[in-house]
Amino acid sequence: MINAILIFNNHGKPRLIRFYQYFAEELQQQIIRETFHLVSKRDDNVCNFLEGGSLIGGSDYKLIYRHYATLYFVFCVDSSESELGILDLIQVFVETLDKCFENVCELDLIFHMDKVHYILQEVVMGGMVLETNMNEIVAQVELQNRMEKSEGGLSAAPARAVSAVKNMNLPEMPRNINIGDLNIKVPSLSPF
Amino acid sequence: MALKIVKGSIDRMFDKNLQDLVRGIRNHKEDEAKYISTCIDEIKQELKQDNIAVKANAVCKLTYLQMLGYDVSWAAFNIVEVMSSSKFTYKRIGYLAASQCFHESTDVIMLTTNQIRKDLSSPNQYDTGVALTGLSCFVTPDLARDLANDIMTLMSHTKPYIRKKAVLIMYKVFLKYPESLRPAFPRLKEKLEDPDPGVQSAAVNVICELARRNPKNYLSLAPLFFKLMTSSTNNWVLIKIIKLFGALTPLEPRLGKKLIEPLTNLIHSTSAMSLLYECVNTVIAVLISLSSGMPNHSASIQLCVQKLRILIEDSDQNLKYLGLLAMSKILKTHPKSVQSHKDLILQCLDDKDESIRLRALDLLYGMVSKKNLMEIVKKLMLHVDKAEGTTYRDELLTKIIDICSQSNYQYITNFEWYISILVELTRLEGTRHGHLIASQMLDVAIRVKAIREFAVAQMATLLDNAHLLTGNTQRNGICEVLYAAAWICGEFSEHLENPMQTLEAMLRPKVATLPGHIQAVYVQNAAKLFATVLRSQEGNTDRTAAQETSQLMIDRLPLFVQSANLEVQERASCILQLVKYIQKLQQKDVEVAEEVNALFAGELNPVAPKAQKKVPVPEGLDLDAWINEPPSESESEDEKPRTMFTREETKHSRPRHTEVDEKELAKRREVRKQEQASNPFYIKSSPSSQKVYQEAPGVDHIPVVQIDLSVPLKVPGLPMSDQYVKLEEERRQKDRADKKKKEKKKRKEKGGRRGKRDSGPESEEDITPAHMVDIVTEEMPENALPSDDDDKDPNDPHKALDIDLDRPLADSEKLPVRSHRSSEALKTMAEEVEVVAPQEAKKKGGKEKKEKKKDKEKDRKKSKEEKKKKKHKHDEGEEDLMGGQTEEPMVQSETTNDVVAPPPTTTAEVSDLDFWLSNAPVPSNSQEVAVTAVTAPAAAAAAAAAGVPPAASGSAPDSEPDEPKDAEVDESKSSKHKKKKQKKEKEEKDKKKKKKHHHHRHHSDGAGEESVQNGTVEEEEEPLPPMSNYCLLAENSYIKMMMEDADTVCDIQGNLQDGSQVVVSLIFENKCDSFLKAMEFNVLDSLNSRLQRPDGAGPHDGLTVPFQLPPGVSNEARFVFTVKSIVMPQKLKGTLAFIVKNEDSSTHEKLDFKLHFTCTSYLITTPCYSDAFAKLLESGDLKASSVKLEGVVMPFPHLLARICFHHHFSVVERIDSCASMYSRSIQGHHVCLLVKTADQTVSIDAKCDEPSLLSNVLDEIKLTFSQC
Repeated sequence: MINAILIFNNHGKPRLIRFYQYFAEELQQQIIRETFHLVSKRDDNVCNFLEGGSLIGGSDYKLIYRHYATLYFVFCVDSSESELGILDLIQVFVETLDKCFENVCELDLIFHMDKVHYILQEVVMGGMVLETNMNEIVAQVELQNRMEKSEGGLSAAPARAVSAVKNMNLPEMPRNINIGDLNIKVPSLSPF
Repeated sequence: MALKIVKGSIDRMFDKNLQDLVRGIRNHKEDEAKYISTCIDEIKQELKQDNIAVKANAVCKLTYLQMLGYDVSWAAFNIVEVMSSSKFTYKRIGYLAASQCFHESTDVIMLTTNQIRKDLSSPNQYDTGVALTGLSCFVTPDLARDLANDIMTLMSHTKPYIRKKAVLIMYKVFLKYPESLRPAFPRLKEKLEDPDPGVQSAAVNVICELARRNPKNYLSLAPLFFKLMTSSTNNWVLIKIIKLFGALTPLEPRLGKKLIEPLTNLIHSTSAMSLLYECVNTVIAVLISLSSGMPNHSASIQLCVQKLRILIEDSDQNLKYLGLLAMSKILKTHPKSVQSHKDLILQCLDDKDESIRLRALDLLYGMVSKKNLMEIVKKLMLHVDKAEGTTYRDELLTKIIDICSQSNYQYITNFEWYISILVELTRLEGTRHGHLIASQMLDVAIRVKAIREFAVAQMATLLDNAHLLTGNTQRNGICEVLYAAAWICGEFSEHLENPMQTLEAMLRPKVATLPGHIQAVYVQNAAKLFATVLRSQEGNTDRTAAQETSQLMIDRLPLFVQSANLEVQERASCILQLVKYIQKLQQKDVEVAEEVNALFAGELNPVAPKAQKKVPVPEGLDLDAWINEPPSESESEDEKPRTMFTREETKHSRPRHTEVDEKELAKRREVRKQEQASNPFYIKSSPSSQKVYQEAPGVDHIPVVQIDLSVPLKVPGLPMSDQYVKLEEERRQKDRADKKKKEKKKRKEKGGRRGKRDSGPESEEDITPAHMVDIVTEEMPENALPSDDDDKDPNDPHKALDIDLDRPLADSEKLPVRSHRSSEALKTMAEEVEVVAPQEAKKKGGKEKKEKKKDKEKDRKKSKEEKKKKKHKHDEGEEDLMGGQTEEPMVQSETTNDVVAPPPTTTAEVSDLDFWLSNAPVPSNSQEVAVTAVTAPAAAAAAAAAGVPPAASGSAPDSEPDEPKDAEVDESKSSKHKKKKQKKEKEEKDKKKKKKHHHHRHHSDGAGEESVQNGTVEEEEEPLPPMSNYCLLAENSYIKMMMEDADTVCDIQGNLQDGSQVVVSLIFENKCDSFLKAMEFNVLDSLNSRLQRPDGAGPHDGLTVPFQLPPGVSNEARFVFTVKSIVMPQKLKGTLAFIVKNEDSSTHEKLDFKLHFTCTSYLITTPCYSDAFAKLLESGDLKASSVKLEGVVMPFPHLLARICFHHHFSVVERIDSCASMYSRSIQGHHVCLLVKTADQTVSIDAKCDEPSLLSNVLDEIKLTFSQC
């Protein structure tokens, strides 16, 4: 079981949190802080597993994380999950984000937290892995987005226009969370 | 209307959406909290509006704020409103918000039931999907109960997208509403074979989660999972299944045996590290579950350790970490195989990654032996000095202590060394583990009597130099050590060389800065020291010295009397008064030393930590009953604890019950003493030589044997553990030299005394402890109750899911159906549920079906005799189950032929599982019972062999066996007949098998070997047949030799180094009833290859096989051959000579055989990354060749698995029906294959830098496929 999925940036600012077990808001923030503290002090070339923090679970739980440029993706899982498998799942998730947002960057996650959630929902459900095939995930996400667009119709148009105007004076921020290092050597789950 | 919409949307234009909110927060970095609170006010306004779009927007923003830590539960009702919007866009926002902030105590959840139900049955699959996703996060017991039925229906939805979500969410439903598990389980099981891989994977996921917590209920699914494992190509599914097997094997060792082969195949063939790792893990679990000592399992262990070594040596830190993790699991059962990799693990201690260092430390724990303990600890001490962070250093410290103290100090041969290590550790600054060191010091000093003198001297030095330890005052945890030091010096003061000096050290003013509890110990032990000093001084003629000592006490103690700590104050004032009194007596010239000493007399024995808990309550004692009438309030105030002296309490290690009168007690004590005296395992307490105050002076104790110490007891100055290492080395050498001269008499005696510890995994009798050590065991109360701990956590939700899934469904167990529907609808729903069960039943095996049918018929009849009959029925059912055992071969064929049918459930399943497992039979209890339970086993077996249908053979007298109930029964019978005939054709095999079963009842040893052979004989028809490398080499009426032609199990590295060694594993099986011994194995060497013989043996001498074979037993031996050229296959002639021994005679026999070395056996499975593979192909050094195979009908993955297994290749990459494979010879030739398949034709293009090797390998591959 996956107990929690946390995404935060290099300064510990949460970008997405998803707990599959109830924690009060205060405790959630504490967990994020603790996890960030644990993860951020580790070099990039050390292993991606951490024996769990004190707050979630216990000895049975592990933190498995990946660091992409400005973002940390942390999964807290118990012993029924394969460590390398989860590492791979994070990769799949990030690559899916990259496809859905077309060259994803931290800003995408900041402004479209809801969309990131919708994508995540197609990958993990209730703490269990739902789908690992990227094409399938992207297809489902796109179908749902299309449905949303068709529902929007006339009434959504003015809102979209306003939103476009508002976005015009967005400062040009550096994009790309460096998908370049997506290809760092992962023992991949190649078919067979 | 239209106007209203437009107006609404124009209003909305000026509302903030999520992006605006985020932007706003980013622009108000200084006063973020204030800005957000205004935003929340706006959101509250928006939520009050009627427009659902506005509300949804507000809820979306709330979700974001929730992430930042704001409590948004106040908006729960609005979230429900948004969830119930008819538009997908808003619904999705609502469900997302709900899944983020709803939980079990959110009260509006109960309002959602109907909305969710509506969404679940929505024609739009995404409405359903969103509802399922949301529900998975906030499902409550009520929701689970109300919606279980709807979700179960969704499990058979037409869209796989919904099916897989419905399957997954069932796990959450089970957790919240355990009653749903049994009714839903059949359908869940069905989903294991869903055509959609996603659904299948979800079902595997759920069952694995369930089985992990309550594995025994899922054992019956093992055959199904086994099938999935051998047929699935989805690595996610494979990993889950393999993990699941890891949880199941401890419950069923036979399963483990069956697994080993396919798992080893996977290990060889897979290129996915994650899968490889899980396979290794499960193989380890299997090996742990099997009793050790099976010769052919050592190969599996070797394989695992070898693969793990590759992982650990990898540059990828993740693999390194996992390798170490898995290694520590092997360590528990097979420490030896891990110990050989000590170098690697010590290397990991230097890794820059802390996680890896910690893992390596864990491993070290199991790798120490008497031989290497000092060396390893020395290394760790170096690390302690180097370690920068305190956390890692503290971890090192605890590990050093763990390693040394493990299993009752098993590996410590020199306790002086250990004490000096502990003393060295006290020099660590800022460690938190002072108390740990202290408790070790106490433990060793108390329990190892021989070391006390040395320990006391060391502790005295510590006390003298206390200022060094307390340098940084309070925050320094190391001063805890002084607690131990003071206590040891006081308690064992008779060993002190200069007690006066120590006494002074303990009364220094600086002591007052120590923590209170340490001061208390100081004061108390100063008194003990005082007593000792008095005794020595009173012996002298000069009385003034003794009086001076008293004066010193009187001068210094007031400092402690003023202490703020109550304990210190109380003790100090007590002792001060005592000393003053003593001084008075001294002035009158009275001898007081003896009396003062009596105050502290008595031996202190260690008490087991749980001793108090284990005291049995004496008969007739009710601890809750009032002894007197309940006291009035005021009385209870008077009752204060009378003594605070811990000393007094600890002395009575055995709790007393005042109810038992003294006489009775004395009697019991006497009885116990006698009992202990005659019990060789009880380490007798020997009273300390000085402290003569004993209740029974005549306790017969064995005096501790003191060996002449070859090591000087004291090393001058502060101890340096390094010196001990050197000294120890010398001592061991001397010991070894001595050993040759002396007989072992002395040691034997020692062995008896230290019995348990000597039987450790190491055979290290050659290392004797430096001095005789008497480790006092911890005391337990008499009649201690057996351990009754480790209760499961009562709050564990999985406890409720411990449900027997094989029992047929009862009417009362149907899932509740929505109550607001009309009664008719209710009926249909109920029927639907009922339909599920019979459908499931239909797929069950014939026997089972029959029984069900009978049951149903009976229900219809409802006759008077029913009760009676039912009883009969019951009996019959049971007997059927047992009788089933004898019909094994038949059912066997059924399961193997009938691949599509899922394994049956319910009672028959248990026995079916047995059938399935008995392919690799172990004479388990159940089987034996079953065999003996049949009234006339011989007759039944004969009947079964003759092909009589089972119903007729068993249980005939009771019921209505003769009249065939209906056509279906008939059919099933006839089909069985048919199978029976097929079986007869395989007569020979059957016979062999039966013979084996016969064996099983008598010999339990041979089972391991036979499992391998049986696997090859019987299972040819299974989807991916488990393959074995063993083939029959030669056989006669006495013995059978099986050969494994490959060197897959030997150490690859060694091979690569000399590049000329091949290991041949042979299984020898004794087929006759006599004893086989003095087996000699010989081979006629050729120019190219020769058998490696021990030094000094002639070129034609045979090798003795290192074991003998009792009847029916088999064992494995290995022989090493040196090979010069590996490009050609070759044959070697050989003979096996042996003696057949009967009770009355013995004869020489021999058996000729030919060893066939194929080129394949020179190949080693070597993983290769695809980029490296591509480079290799591009390099142009390789010669090409190709071959075509016609008429190969097996599926492609099986084909690949076959090549991997038989020819030691690994798959580099596979795309559809095309795969590249790689292998390497022991001399470093690269062999690359490109395998393509199309309509039963397989073409293999191959490249290798040695053409003749290549052509030979291709020929062999061709041969493999022509044989199958």
